[in-house]
Amino acid sequence: MAPQQVKPVGGFSFENYTRNAVLETKGAKPPKATSTGTTIVGVIYDKGVCLGADTRATEGPIVADKNCEKIHYLAPNLYCCGAGTAADTEFTTNSISSQLELHRLSTGRKTRVVTAMTLLKQMLFRYQGHIGAALVLGGYDINGPQLYTIYPHGSTDKLPYVTMGSGSLAAMSVFESKWRPNLTREEAIAIVSEAIEAGIFNDLGSGSNVDVCVIEENSTDYLRNHVRPNERGIKEQSYRYPRGTTAILKESIRNFVDVVEGDAMDMS
Amino acid sequence: MNFLDSPLSKPAPYVVAPIEHRFDPYEDNGGTSVAIAGEDFCVVASDTRQSNGYMINSRYAPKAYKMSSTAVLSCNGFHADGVTLKKVLEQRMKMYKYSHDKDMSVTALAQMLSNTLYQRRFFPYYAFCLLGGVDADGKGAVYCYDSVGSFERENYRTSGSASALIQPFLDNQVGRKNQQNASTAPLTLEAVLRITKDAFTSATERDIHTGDNLQIFVITRDGVEEQNFPLKKD
Amino acid sequence: MNHFPSQWGKPRQENVDEYNTVPLYNNMPQSHAAAGPMTRTQQPVVTGTSVIALKYKDGIMMAADNLASYGSLARFRDIERLHPVGEHTIIGASGDISDYQYIQHMLQNVMIDQHCEDDGHTLGTPHIYEYLFRVMYNRRSKFNPLWNALVVGGVHKGERFLGYVDLKGTTYQNSTIATGFGGHLAQPILRKAVEGREDTLTEEEAIKIIDDCMRVLFYRDARSINKLQRAKITAEGFEITEPYSVETEWSFAESIRGYGA
Repeated sequence: MAPQQVKPVGGFSFENYTRNAVLETKGAKPPKATSTGTTIVGVIYDKGVCLGADTRATEGPIVADKNCEKIHYLAPNLYCCGAGTAADTEFTTNSISSQLELHRLSTGRKTRVVTAMTLLKQMLFRYQGHIGAALVLGGYDINGPQLYTIYPHGSTDKLPYVTMGSGSLAAMSVFESKWRPNLTREEAIAIVSEAIEAGIFNDLGSGSNVDVCVIEENSTDYLRNHVRPNERGIKEQSYRYPRGTTAILKESIRNFVDVVEGDAMDMS
Repeated sequence: MNFLDSPLSKPAPYVVAPIEHRFDPYEDNGGTSVAIAGEDFCVVASDTRQSNGYMINSRYAPKAYKMSSTAVLSCNGFHADGVTLKKVLEQRMKMYKYSHDKDMSVTALAQMLSNTLYQRRFFPYYAFCLLGGVDADGKGAVYCYDSVGSFERENYRTSGSASALIQPFLDNQVGRKNQQNASTAPLTLEAVLRITKDAFTSATERDIHTGDNLQIFVITRDGVEEQNFPLKKD
Repeated sequence: MNHFPSQWGKPRQENVDEYNTVPLYNNMPQSHAAAGPMTRTQQPVVTGTSVIALKYKDGIMMAADNLASYGSLARFRDIERLHPVGEHTIIGASGDISDYQYIQHMLQNVMIDQHCEDDGHTLGTPHIYEYLFRVMYNRRSKFNPLWNALVVGGVHKGERFLGYVDLKGTTYQNSTIATGFGGHLAQPILRKAVEGREDTLTEEEAIKIIDDCMRVLFYRDARSINKLQRAKITAEGFEITEPYSVETEWSFAESIRGYGA
């Protein structure tokens, strides 16, 4: 019997799983995904929630992107900071974001933070930590401002201030020494910026600028590059090459060929 | 054969092997060095960040050392090995002075450094050295080493965590590689300093282990002069 | 007579004692074989957590808590991890406590030897630091490390000195130092509070910074306790406080409900 062609139905493909497992027992190394060192934080204040992130993306010891965006959109009243495997945070938040959009279209209501949190944790739990997304989820709904952390294995925390990523301890040191209840919006932005800066300057996996996102009942302000403490200085000299610096090894000049419809293409 | 009987359907059981706990005597403390030889001078530059993994130990922990009035040594890799190597060399330079009643030339020091490194062939100093100075003829000299003593005299070289970023830049700007009609005039001290600083500010942008401060030694026939410049601290 | 050298000096096996020479091992010299194969510290056992230290106007301030953990067990709650050496030096130790006590013993010997020279010289902070660096480095080179991260602080000839040395011989000097977990949690606070202000910070300000750091460490380091000692070293000499506690704040916890839906 001829093998049945299976129509792809979406989602992850596991067709090489068994093969790869066997290859790994024979010593083949699985490919390593880009994991980003990161500092991400969030804090609840009197009438909103404030998220923060640094903007350095790394590939091992090399800075891959000096000004990347780590605060992802989920819904107009919901944003999510991502740490861990870059691709996983990106695709997970995108996927949940689109599910939430459909949910809004179907129910006609503002998305609730718990809805997003539950979708995220159930998805991550299903994949048993193989989706390496560590998230800080913040948003505002009918229950007021809310803040969650979601770990790659699917566990969650609901706390007034949270940090994640390789710079989480540096950022937490700021919260643990400066946080107090009922911050104002300005104070929340200031403490978030200071926490991210602690990560930027003390954790080598984090760097460059501070992104902030403030979500309140009727407003969402994405403050891209809210603080830029690491501007590059001016170079000592110009490295523009004079014309003719690049050697010409071979020169060949061809005329454009007009192809008239009906001519056979030269396949030789 | 039925698929269910094949080894593919029965993946090997997950075996927990006992973890072999072995003390790793080495550490990578990051950092980058550049050495460029000119006609009658030599520049040795190092950043001063000492790191361990994602942690910064110190923003100012110099790893370039003035060895004599005509030689500067920089050691990247494991900081403790670098310091120890420097100490051993200083002792041996003193012995040389007492035996021969003269200071060691860079050329002699270069060979001695190689010998010292090779003595630890089977438990190497994890130190990647650059030795810069002015030789007996008054010409700039750069010697670069691997961790077990293989060495070579060159005109310019970089070593350390950002060496792969800086070396092509030096090849192009100091070695004038891949440039047609480029000047062949030797670089002035000012030009070398400009290139060195730009190399470090650029490496700091892209290498997480390089940054904080830049220490530059200028070695001429008249002695060693030290300069310091800030680098980015993120 | 047992002809297997590896058995010498060990309790005799009855079925091998053909000539009834019990208790032969009592008369035998203590050879290396007697101790079995040589053992080394491969991992720390009873451990102390972070030590933090900073430079301020008058000298050095350092702090460590009084806990010695046995794995996750809070085993000994009255261990002093700040140790004075000479008149103007304090060593703070984290890591294996037995190795630390060995280092105390070793330093005592060195100081006594120096005293007996009676030449009017005594070891200052940089000398003790250098000595510890060589000891730690040489032990790591024998694959037999002393499993500690040490902070050496003091005042020598009017100069403040603050240095770090660990089990691999890694060294650095800084205006702020924090070992272990403190490197992650306390160092960011210390750097922000101290860098550039080393010469103006007063003793009161320094105490506040140290206490703030120790509080954060108590909040977040699961191997710490809220019982600590603080030391200051100035040109006049050193002072180590009695164990004390920092104020903590837990009222925010009352508003926390669950971990999600």
